[in-house]
Amino acid sequence: MKTPPVIVGAGPAGIRAAQTLVAYGLRPLLLDEAARAGGQIYRRPPVEFKRPAGQLYGTEAGRAVAVHAAIDGVADRIDYRPDSLVWNAQAGSLDVLHAPTAVTRSEPWQRLIVATGATDRLLPVPGWTLPGVYSLGGSQVALKFQGCAIGSKVVFMGSGPLLYLVAYQYAKAGAQVVAVLDTAGLTDQAAALPGLLTQPVTFAKGLYYLGWLQTHGVPVHRAVKPLRLLGDTHVESVVFEVGGAERTLACDAVGFGHALRSETQLADLLGCRFRFSPVQRAHLPDRDAAGRSSVDGVYLAGDGAGIMGADAAEWAGERAALALLADEGIGIDTGRAAQLESKLAGLMPFRRGLERAFPFPAGWAAQAPDELVVCRCENITAGELRQVVRQTGAREMNRLKALSRIGMGRCQGRMCGVAAAELLAHAAQVPVAQVGRLRGQAPIKPIPMAMTVAADGQGT
Amino acid sequence: MLRLAETERTPVCFTLDGRPTTALAGDTVLTAVLTQHGHLRHNEFSGQPRAGFCLMGACQDCWVRTADGAALRACSTFVTDGMSVLTGRAAP
Repeated sequence: MKTPPVIVGAGPAGIRAAQTLVAYGLRPLLLDEAARAGGQIYRRPPVEFKRPAGQLYGTEAGRAVAVHAAIDGVADRIDYRPDSLVWNAQAGSLDVLHAPTAVTRSEPWQRLIVATGATDRLLPVPGWTLPGVYSLGGSQVALKFQGCAIGSKVVFMGSGPLLYLVAYQYAKAGAQVVAVLDTAGLTDQAAALPGLLTQPVTFAKGLYYLGWLQTHGVPVHRAVKPLRLLGDTHVESVVFEVGGAERTLACDAVGFGHALRSETQLADLLGCRFRFSPVQRAHLPDRDAAGRSSVDGVYLAGDGAGIMGADAAEWAGERAALALLADEGIGIDTGRAAQLESKLAGLMPFRRGLERAFPFPAGWAAQAPDELVVCRCENITAGELRQVVRQTGAREMNRLKALSRIGMGRCQGRMCGVAAAELLAHAAQVPVAQVGRLRGQAPIKPIPMAMTVAADGQGT
Repeated sequence: MLRLAETERTPVCFTLDGRPTTALAGDTVLTAVLTQHGHLRHNEFSGQPRAGFCLMGACQDCWVRTADGAALRACSTFVTDGMSVLTGRAAP
């Protein structure tokens, strides 16, 4: 290979991919937007922070330390570039902005592993733009990365495994958790048991967080319908419905989310074929069991290609690297490749169980009030989107975008895209699978107008 | 934002809306501001105060201006000595 293999993203998938390529004698280029490798779930605090791994990562400390050791162990044998945002991707070349110096350069690629991770999946409620309201993942970043709680009286709301984990981490760190409001009900969780029990250790951790919260007096409400967040210049209370009655809880911070969504923009710009996944309720790039995308030389790994969690990301990163090596004509350990594929396939019953335990709140779009701000960048409401559908007959996300500006703001649909698709599908009375997905647009994140283009156009 | 841990770090001196104040080394601009102030910025469309949201560089709702006119993403930029952060107007 004339050009070294390129990996985008230094989370569990990207790190294991880099380590694997190094083990076979290659020197990959690893590009990561963050200042330190680790990704989100194993995100490392700045160097000034001293808390031990056990305190930062809890039951996942062993995994976190191993992933960090993996990247530290190969640091001198890879071309690792932190603070580097890949803001455009096309055949044979990536545009990479080094944020601290505002210098952008073009990096060639022949084989590319895309491991871009995920962000929170959000179903907004009125008031979600108030100061003091954060995503669940953001709430966890505040604690892990900055040693801060998002407030002094915190409500966690939504659904998904992260809901209980973050609530537990906050309470354990000494924050006051006012309540956990889960949109899923006990019947959902009972129905999910067979699937969840296929990964008994992971399931036991979930039960442990829940039990810990209950024995430490943190109220957990299930089958909740979030109604609104109230406050003038800061959130002051949460209003929700439970058991047919409306309830209000005073608080000064809210963390909420409904599981995760994949960051697929680069796969999209690279021309990868997408398909609707009913389990994930999202359009995701196609990949084979080894991680090969529909585009020659492009490999996909980790949550950026579909939400499977951090353990799966490590396996998928290693498997994708092995596929890259094999495609390059390098002899690989085929037994290990088969073992990784088997481990990944073995997670599927658990993955489906999670979706059953924390189901997507199917009635969300019907209940969202017209005044709900869906796009927090440009303040576009649910009512405006419904009006566009009524007046124009829009049936597709990019049409809705062109007509309403939804997804055109600075976040490019990362925060509003899931909600907008649900609202469109509901208003147009078609399944969400049929409304399509927002097309990726370069630059995939804001870039400075005053950036410098590197003269050589190549890596340093 | 409320500090729960790791408060023994070295102080960093910066100004917030012209007023000299301190944060801690390793704080992001977001942490440095929100541990002592209710918001970071105002939304360009609603004029309402905002205080970031995702804390991982995705939502773009924490861009603030500095006194020299630069725009920075507060969740992924560390506060430095002498930085002058403005929360009073829309950015960038």
